[in-house]
Amino acid sequence: MNREKINEFLIEKGLFITAIFSIIIIFTILIFIVMEALPAFQEYGFFRFMFGMEWSPNDDNFGVFTMILGSIFVTFLALMMAVPLSLLCAFFMEEIAPNKVKIFLKPVIQTLAGIPSVVYGFFGLTVLVPLVREYFGGTGFSIFTASLILAVMILPTIISVSQDAIKSVPHDFKEASFGLGSTNWQTIRLIIFPAALPGIVTAIILGIGRAIGETLAVIMVAGNVVQIPGSIFDPVRTLTTNIALEMGYATGLHYNALFGTAVILFIIIIILLIIANYIQNKHGMDIGGGTL
Amino acid sequence: MNFRRLWSPKTSQKIMNVVFVLSGIVTLLILIIILGYVIIRGLPAINLEFLFTSPLESGKEGGIFPMIISSLYVTIIAALIATPLGVGAAIYMSEYAKNQKLIKFIRFGAETLASIPSIIFGLFGLAFFVVFMGIGWSILSGGLVLALMALPTIFQVSEVTLSSIPSSYKEGSYGLGATKLQTIFNVVLPAAIPGIITGVILAITRAISEAAAVMYAVGSSLAIPISLFDPGRPLPLHLYILATEGISLENAYGTAAVLIIIVLILTVSTNILVENYQKKIMGK
Repeated sequence: MNREKINEFLIEKGLFITAIFSIIIIFTILIFIVMEALPAFQEYGFFRFMFGMEWSPNDDNFGVFTMILGSIFVTFLALMMAVPLSLLCAFFMEEIAPNKVKIFLKPVIQTLAGIPSVVYGFFGLTVLVPLVREYFGGTGFSIFTASLILAVMILPTIISVSQDAIKSVPHDFKEASFGLGSTNWQTIRLIIFPAALPGIVTAIILGIGRAIGETLAVIMVAGNVVQIPGSIFDPVRTLTTNIALEMGYATGLHYNALFGTAVILFIIIIILLIIANYIQNKHGMDIGGGTL
Repeated sequence: MNFRRLWSPKTSQKIMNVVFVLSGIVTLLILIIILGYVIIRGLPAINLEFLFTSPLESGKEGGIFPMIISSLYVTIIAALIATPLGVGAAIYMSEYAKNQKLIKFIRFGAETLASIPSIIFGLFGLAFFVVFMGIGWSILSGGLVLALMALPTIFQVSEVTLSSIPSSYKEGSYGLGATKLQTIFNVVLPAAIPGIITGVILAITRAISEAAAVMYAVGSSLAIPISLFDPGRPLPLHLYILATEGISLENAYGTAAVLIIIVLILTVSTNILVENYQKKIMGK
């Protein structure tokens, strides 16, 4: 009897450790990334690192600001393309489409989410880059090409999380609107959209997180030149691609500076998550992970 | 001029209906174009020899057998490590945790872990498993990194599944005098298994597609990995190297098509599982 109690106690504690394991990992990751980045911050200065415009590892210049801008440019342009399409698609699936169409589209979205990012990048490299080169000039490796691929990659995230938000709008709202003689579109625009807005914003933030964090798909199509681009058809380098391109051969302070780039990326992601969580808590919703 | 007056509500409803249908069609077309293009260009390269021989001249000729083995190896390690952790955490959340703040904190932790970009996992894998733990560039290091990435998916899906198990199941078990542990292992877990498997397959789908997270942990050897400590080169990494180093477009298409076919099979099997499970729970 007593032994059973001890067993139950031990198992409960064991399960508790598995439950907080994610948090332990996050802190371990944070500690290791920051520790490896520290020499770069100390020798080069954090602000000079973050806001410096020049990145030339051979001359020990490690300013990542152009890459921060690069990440912002591609992400912003990707959102401009992906948000309208994914919101229309989410409303279509939840409010317009007959059940059969909805059941048909669901695996389509899942499959889009499941395609490996390298395959997206490869498709971009072999199909989109030549097309962009032909129709818009330049090399084809550009902000525009990268955003196009990213837009497709964040579609499923924004669609599925928005769908959850639309689904969670109480039925009474809709019925009241229809009862007043509104059309479907009026109901969507004036009733459901405003009610689902917090969830939709969360969906967009998750999409931003995915776009900012994407690496290999962007490397393959963005051209990766460290510069402030003059147009959307110029090549660009983002924070993530900076790490992946140079990690293979970096040593010394250069190595530390690449971990520093990761720290900046980490900070951006955490800020996005905190905003998303704040919106969710404030509006008392629970959107399940966005993974399904 | 009010924009809304431009058309009567009925007309704008008609216009929007077309726009909505178009959005669905565009989404479908994007998928068809990408899948169709890669599979059509890739299928001619795929045959038994491609699947079961080693690459020659760094991938220009020959097949992708070592990459398939590497992918299987790292994915299985990831699933074996992440499943008990994720399921254990889910059991804790649904059966033990009472403090709402703790519950929220743990969920936030899983969400955060799920949102960390794969390249950061890659750097962590290099700094922690390869260098700090001294495991070196190996299948094991790669598998461990992927396990960390797979954990939140398995946890989140398992938690949803466990919380959807009718409480009458548990009450019945307690009523028969079973302890909490007996109830968890004999009643709750068996009922949740289909859902948990779904979570594991979802996590596997991601792990098998991942290249950025493993590129600095797994090495990039072209040989067939035998032991856990051998370096390897999973399929997505192979595709990345073939494509960016311009080694062989034909073999790159073949590799991409193999990857897509694997992902399609995994996605279809998840859906079949979910459907069966829902039928069972709904009692239809």
